[in-house]
Amino acid sequence: MSAVLETSRLGKRYRRLWALADCTLSIPGGHVVGLVGPNGAGKSTLLNLAVGLLAPTAGTIEVLGSPPAAGPAELARVGYLAQDAPVYAGLSVADHLRLGARLNPGWDAELARDRVERLDLDPHQKAGTLSGGQRAQLALTLAVAKRPELLILDEPVASLDPLARREFLADLMEATAEQELSVVLSSHLVADLERVCDYLIVLVGSRVRVAGPVDELLAAHHLLAGPRRDPATLPDELTVISSSHTDVQTTLLVRASGPVLDPAWTISEVGLEDLVLAYMSQAAAPGRRRRHLEVQK
Amino acid sequence: MIEFHLDARSGVAPYRQLIHQVRQALRLGLLHEGDQLPKVKDVVAGLAINPNTVLKAYRELEYEGLAAARPGIGTFVTGTLDGGPLAAHGPLRHELQRWLGRARRAGLDDESIEALFVSTFRSAAEEDIA
Repeated sequence: MSAVLETSRLGKRYRRLWALADCTLSIPGGHVVGLVGPNGAGKSTLLNLAVGLLAPTAGTIEVLGSPPAAGPAELARVGYLAQDAPVYAGLSVADHLRLGARLNPGWDAELARDRVERLDLDPHQKAGTLSGGQRAQLALTLAVAKRPELLILDEPVASLDPLARREFLADLMEATAEQELSVVLSSHLVADLERVCDYLIVLVGSRVRVAGPVDELLAAHHLLAGPRRDPATLPDELTVISSSHTDVQTTLLVRASGPVLDPAWTISEVGLEDLVLAYMSQAAAPGRRRRHLEVQK
Repeated sequence: MIEFHLDARSGVAPYRQLIHQVRQALRLGLLHEGDQLPKVKDVVAGLAINPNTVLKAYRELEYEGLAAARPGIGTFVTGTLDGGPLAAHGPLRHELQRWLGRARRAGLDDESIEALFVSTFRSAAEEDIA
């Protein structure tokens, strides 16, 4: 399958501030992509660029092989669920489905009806009186029933309680399995994404820090613990992502391009959460590593 | 039909956990040749996990010759794992229970019992190889 999202040196500037800078990505189809980063990292900016709600200041972006929102045909292929699952408070559940049917050429009325039934939503209930979880499910129903090839969700579970969160993600995964969707979803919590994503993008401070299939990322990163050592003396195959030192010990999270052979290290596997946090702290405190090295000299 | 579960704290990759549970079910006689494995969409809906995780586990089981996919229908068990005749499990379990009782009375806690079992199991396996 060709790339669902392809960007080259993509950037978006608001006045003097770059919300997204130098973003180059090529995401193959058939994945559930997690876009992770702290609040204000540029996640929504990237997603809004992908659905054509924003125009880039620099670089290029293509979605499913064409510029975002280029025309009606392109719009029909991409589903978008904005932050906080917006629905029309004054319209009923059934009204939403009618609206969906009128606005989307590829609308799957049967799928929409089935989902509403399965989710136990009352068709006559006004959307404004639904619970947060139900609102999110209704919004997902609209996004899925338009039968997109790519579904983009901005912080879909951030405002949900843990049970509604689990139900929403289970439901999203079921739709993904049934319709062979590609999915991009963002979250500031790795734990939300750990089970559902098989491709990860870490975005911090308006820049992509790391991106790739989760399996490959986990296989390439290791936690090394050993006697105190200056990271500058490490072989070239190792890139230090985060490091901490005591007076006798050094602990490193590294990205390795080959096997780690040095017997001085005790090597352990890295979890997804540790990996993301390491990239986040690296971006947050670039001066910290230097300070450690100075202490060592 | 078996039902999968995931241990998020085990540190074992989810697809490996699924494989392990199928193998375990085969060994314990919960799954037999010809039985259908849970449908991908039901597993992902039940566990809120990525469909590719389930597909990867099923592909691995196919590779091991334990399962086969029938397009449009599902994945079915095609192999058996020789865990010894099931009839032998009962008496062995009984003996193990008695042994556990003795270990407890000797003052061993759960952790020590597990450590003792695993280390004995390992050294026995090493002797077999040697």
